[in-house]
Amino acid sequence: MNASTKESRLGAWIAMAVGATYFLLPLIATFEFSLRMKRGEYSFEAYEVVFGDPQFQATFGYSIVMAIATILVGVLLVVPTAYWVHLRMPKLRPLVEFITLLPLVIPAIVIVFGYLRMYNSSSIIPLTGSEHATDFLLICSYVTLSLPYMYRSVDTGLRTIDVRTLTEAAEVLGANRATILLKVIFPNITSAILSGAFLTFAVVIGEFTMASLLDRPAFGPYLQLIGANRAYEPSALAVIAFIVTWASMGLINVFGRNRHTKPTR
Amino acid sequence: MSASSSSLPHTPGHKPVNLNWLGVVPFFVFALLFMLLPTAYLMVGAFQDADGNFTLHNLAGLLEANVLDAYWISFKISIASSAAGGLLGFLLAWAAVLGKLPGWIRPTLMTFSGVASNFAGVPLAFAFLATLGRMGLVTILLRTYLDINIYSTGFSILSFVGLTLTYLYFQIPLMVLIVTPALEGLKKEWREACDCLGGSTLQYWRYIAMPVLWPSILGAMLLLFANAFGAVATAYALTGSSLNIVPILLYAQIRGDVLHNPNLGYAMALGMIVITGLANAGYMVLRSKTDRRGA
Repeated sequence: MNASTKESRLGAWIAMAVGATYFLLPLIATFEFSLRMKRGEYSFEAYEVVFGDPQFQATFGYSIVMAIATILVGVLLVVPTAYWVHLRMPKLRPLVEFITLLPLVIPAIVIVFGYLRMYNSSSIIPLTGSEHATDFLLICSYVTLSLPYMYRSVDTGLRTIDVRTLTEAAEVLGANRATILLKVIFPNITSAILSGAFLTFAVVIGEFTMASLLDRPAFGPYLQLIGANRAYEPSALAVIAFIVTWASMGLINVFGRNRHTKPTR
Repeated sequence: MSASSSSLPHTPGHKPVNLNWLGVVPFFVFALLFMLLPTAYLMVGAFQDADGNFTLHNLAGLLEANVLDAYWISFKISIASSAAGGLLGFLLAWAAVLGKLPGWIRPTLMTFSGVASNFAGVPLAFAFLATLGRMGLVTILLRTYLDINIYSTGFSILSFVGLTLTYLYFQIPLMVLIVTPALEGLKKEWREACDCLGGSTLQYWRYIAMPVLWPSILGAMLLLFANAFGAVATAYALTGSSLNIVPILLYAQIRGDVLHNPNLGYAMALGMIVITGLANAGYMVLRSKTDRRGA
């Protein structure tokens, strides 16, 4: 027993060490590379160039706006649906759950290809016809992409509260549906909604495929463009992107214990 | 979409007609308009020619050399990155759960896996170019201190091996996230019972742990496969269009009809859905297996 314990502990340390090396090396290398812009010395020149680039500011700002819009639309779509399924239509749960998982099955590039064909400027709903309409389409595509994460978070949140009792209590007190959702359900699952929101933010902020094919000036296509044309700025941008992802995931841990898990239930 | 809450019936309980379904209408309308119909449109288009007549010509086009080649390379990359990612992810999860390591390691690994599994796309490609590209840190360190020039061995970050190595950066963490709960489900008593009966470590894994775990492991690897098969951004930012894989070929086709047959694009999309769909269906079958066993 003792010998096998030692064995497994040594093996575990080796596995961790190899893992840590594989995961940390690219981060260190990227950071080091981003400092090499000035010949012969380390400097933050690449970061200054990046932050000073009006294109960076414009695309990053655009993607933040898109991410926030996605979160708002996603929450407005998912929370009432999940609530209603919990309360009144439990039979629909498997179907709704299945649909929310579909974006993990259908590749993003296929979905956006479908949009381009279905909503082109000569169709009945020409959503790719004007910039504002295409922005709307992009937001919808992002809501679709984030559906698995948002629904899972909210659903987990709803499971931890007694939806039925809370609703009945509010009804007895004379609240209508909108009031119940807004003042009773929302506050009780805030941490679940926030964890879905930050996950959505992390997914959307640097998204490339949808934005690029819908031809919108988002951060993802900008990253790709810089990558194709510059040497040191891409590394600086990768470091920034990693920090943004890290911050989003960190905030999930701060705001609640509803940890994001992949569909394993 | 913002109408979703206001369209709920106010007092459904008092009405003889059941209007409960109204509450889920916005969701289903959204799913239809922005996921199901666009996908169905492509699937129907795969069986139509330019004039809308039924044809199998597009599907036959999938057998053209460069298209078939793209599917084959995509398949190889997805298999390699899901097999290696599955194995390494399992080892990491095993080390964290059963390795008797200090307590802070498991939560750290889980948090990091959450971050890294979402750190895909264009920035990930940049990170690996800075690491293993021609001017990358590891490339230079190996050349300077160990006198090994990895690029003279035929290695390139823009190749099959390079892309697989890059994909592992989000595949391994995804495996860790999926398989850790399964490992946590292994009961201590099983190991103790095995030890009491004189079973070896090998026998424990061969006859007890693996039979319980394999549906989870295989299922997770199928998800990794689908995950790699549909990925566009990382590959495109890393290799441009020099590596002929399905998502990149489809991307090029959407941008500028490189296949000279618009409907062949539909057939490629259909092929992708069939492959990722089968992988996910396999995952669901295996998941129901673990559910029944209660592991």
